[in-house]
Amino acid sequence: MATTTAPTSSHRADVPQKADHRPDRNYRRRQRWGWLFVAPFALIFVTFLILPLAFAFRMSLFTNTLAAGTDFVGAANYVKAFTDPIFLQGLGTVAKFALIMIPAQMIVALLAALVLDNLATWASKFSRLMIFVPYAVPVVIGALMWGFLYSPRFGPASNIFNLVGLAAPEFLSQDNIFGSLVNIVTWQWAGYYMIIIYAALRGIDPGIYEAAVLDGASDRQIAARIKIPMISSSLVMVIIFALIGTLQFFTEPQVLRAVAQGAIPVSYTPNMYAFSLAFSYSQFNYASAISFALGIVVFVFSFFFLFLTRKQSGLK
Amino acid sequence: MKAKFLASAGIVAATAVALTGCSGGNGGGDGGGSEAASCTNTIVNAEAPQVTVWAWYPAFDQVVDNFNNANDDVQICWTNAGQGNDEYTKFSTSIESGSGAPDVIQLESEVLSSFTIRDALVDLTEYGANDVEGDYAEGAWEDASSGDAVYAIPVDGGPMGMLYRQDIFDAAGIEVPTTWEEFEAAARTLKDSGDGAVIADFPTNGRAFNQALFAQAGSEPFVYDSANPQEIGITVNDDGAKKVLEYWNGLVEDGLVATDDAFTADYNTKLVDGSYAVYLAAAWGPGYLQGLSDSDPDAVWRAAPLPLWDEANPVQVNWGGSTFAVTEQAENKELAARVAMEIFGNEERMNLGVDEGALFPSYLPVLESPEFENKEYEFFGGQQINKDVFLDAAAGYEGATFSPFQNYAYDQLTEQIYAMVQGEKDADQALDDLQSSLEQYATEQGFTIK
Repeated sequence: MATTTAPTSSHRADVPQKADHRPDRNYRRRQRWGWLFVAPFALIFVTFLILPLAFAFRMSLFTNTLAAGTDFVGAANYVKAFTDPIFLQGLGTVAKFALIMIPAQMIVALLAALVLDNLATWASKFSRLMIFVPYAVPVVIGALMWGFLYSPRFGPASNIFNLVGLAAPEFLSQDNIFGSLVNIVTWQWAGYYMIIIYAALRGIDPGIYEAAVLDGASDRQIAARIKIPMISSSLVMVIIFALIGTLQFFTEPQVLRAVAQGAIPVSYTPNMYAFSLAFSYSQFNYASAISFALGIVVFVFSFFFLFLTRKQSGLK
Repeated sequence: MKAKFLASAGIVAATAVALTGCSGGNGGGDGGGSEAASCTNTIVNAEAPQVTVWAWYPAFDQVVDNFNNANDDVQICWTNAGQGNDEYTKFSTSIESGSGAPDVIQLESEVLSSFTIRDALVDLTEYGANDVEGDYAEGAWEDASSGDAVYAIPVDGGPMGMLYRQDIFDAAGIEVPTTWEEFEAAARTLKDSGDGAVIADFPTNGRAFNQALFAQAGSEPFVYDSANPQEIGITVNDDGAKKVLEYWNGLVEDGLVATDDAFTADYNTKLVDGSYAVYLAAAWGPGYLQGLSDSDPDAVWRAAPLPLWDEANPVQVNWGGSTFAVTEQAENKELAARVAMEIFGNEERMNLGVDEGALFPSYLPVLESPEFENKEYEFFGGQQINKDVFLDAAAGYEGATFSPFQNYAYDQLTEQIYAMVQGEKDADQALDDLQSSLEQYATEQGFTIK
């Protein structure tokens, strides 16, 4: 900062003439400052993310069974992970969630953003806030709250359904738990994605809409032909967020498990499986391997998705 | 959901090291100062060495204060690290990271071998445990020891009985059942009476509760001895277990019992609002019931013995029950062992536990005292429930053996019973599947199956 505010006109004139080492020194000085600014973040980043990751990776190369002790096994845990039916079943579950949950969140978020973008009343500002509020609720609290809303005894469902003479569905039964979880996640995250999409829509030059209107385009055409294509890079980003989050699905099912232990087994998602392996069954080594295996899957999926959408996201 | 769970295992281990790095040296005689700040209780004698204790007993603060006031040479620094699995998770993590465990820890007897196999608990025979053996109920002592070793000092037990709603029984004209046959008949009568209540709940996540019901018909799921830790015998699908599970599956299929998950808010409400006429409970059950809100004001609760399979051959079972163990991480193991033996190994403090915390003591001087036997419980209309039910149940309990991967076994049991209740398989199949999954797990973990 000091280097950019300090220079006088003469100083600036000197730079190109006086050979090579002066800008070099400036550059190095600036770099030193840069590192200083990065240091607080880097320290925490390395201590709480890089080191534990390295530690966990090292753990994943060993086995420690209850009866036989610790052994170095190299990649054997990974071979075991990718052939472990419980892990693969968990991956299947989150893949199913990805297929249903991501489009659900996207549709809600996109529609809300498009509608809000077209309105300019106080009601739209209020709605924007209300749609966003669930994101401000901590995930654990949100899941606990929905646990009570789904409860046949405390929840409002039985009252509402009784009004029209129907029996309330059992939200926490084996058949319905999937939809119940999709609902919680969509409720919580759609508002956040809506804000991202809305911000991108606001960034579009309104002159384009005027031109479109002059050419006779309807509102619906403007939305479908102009707005959505122009914010495609934001949409790709939102999908990546949702994809990574869904593959690591953990908090909501883990919290809801307290009231639906039968419908949500301990190994429902890969992360829950890793959690119970480590902390319930004390298999820390295999749990590390499962975590890294999941990390690999997340990386491959995200990479593949970014590759497919490289045109839309502007990465190409 | 967004949490980077990927690294959590490592992070938790790392933070455990970091956190405990600041608080090491417990029990080493450096009491007071910053250490006192981490205790839930107040330290009375700041000069005395401290022993850290994790426990979740109700009203335990009074017990700790009593202990600290009575002892000049040692002080308890107590933390409630969560109940049951919550605490075990933390303990397990500190074993893995090599530090962070307390000196003395409350453990249910069913998880003791899960920790002895990880060399986390101290054999207390070296520190005089055998001298106090005579002070404790036989079955409870059996549960806390393995072979010649004693890994914990028993505190409370959970002999089982049947708590029932006299008012609901009377309204439906039901006599108190003494056998499971009569229990089924009572269930039918109650259902036909049509006031919406079912006789009881059969929770698929009952874990130790389900296992106790199996044990009543002679099921002995595990053979295990810590002296020979690589060997285990597994028979979770014996005739006794199959008979019991088939019986309950019959009740479930006929809609005679509920299958709500236990220990949820819904379940707690249904226990006391008349949805279930019977609460099949351990001796700590009355305390649990009284702690629940929203109870039916007209409820008339009474206690009776658990129904039997064979009246000529009554079998008593136990659900729960806990102990104090000394961890290998304790610096002063002798002092820690003394604390483990003396916290509740004292009439005054055990009585506090009984009166304030509704514990069912394993400590004989209290268990066999006339005060305890004749104690009248207001909640049960003045009934002497210990004399009528639980003392007999406790006297008949001979102990049980648990596996060194009991948590896994219970999780699998829950999955199998849930599948059965969903109609996916019958009782035989569920238990056979449980057997093969446990055998496979034991083999993977390096055990030899006997």
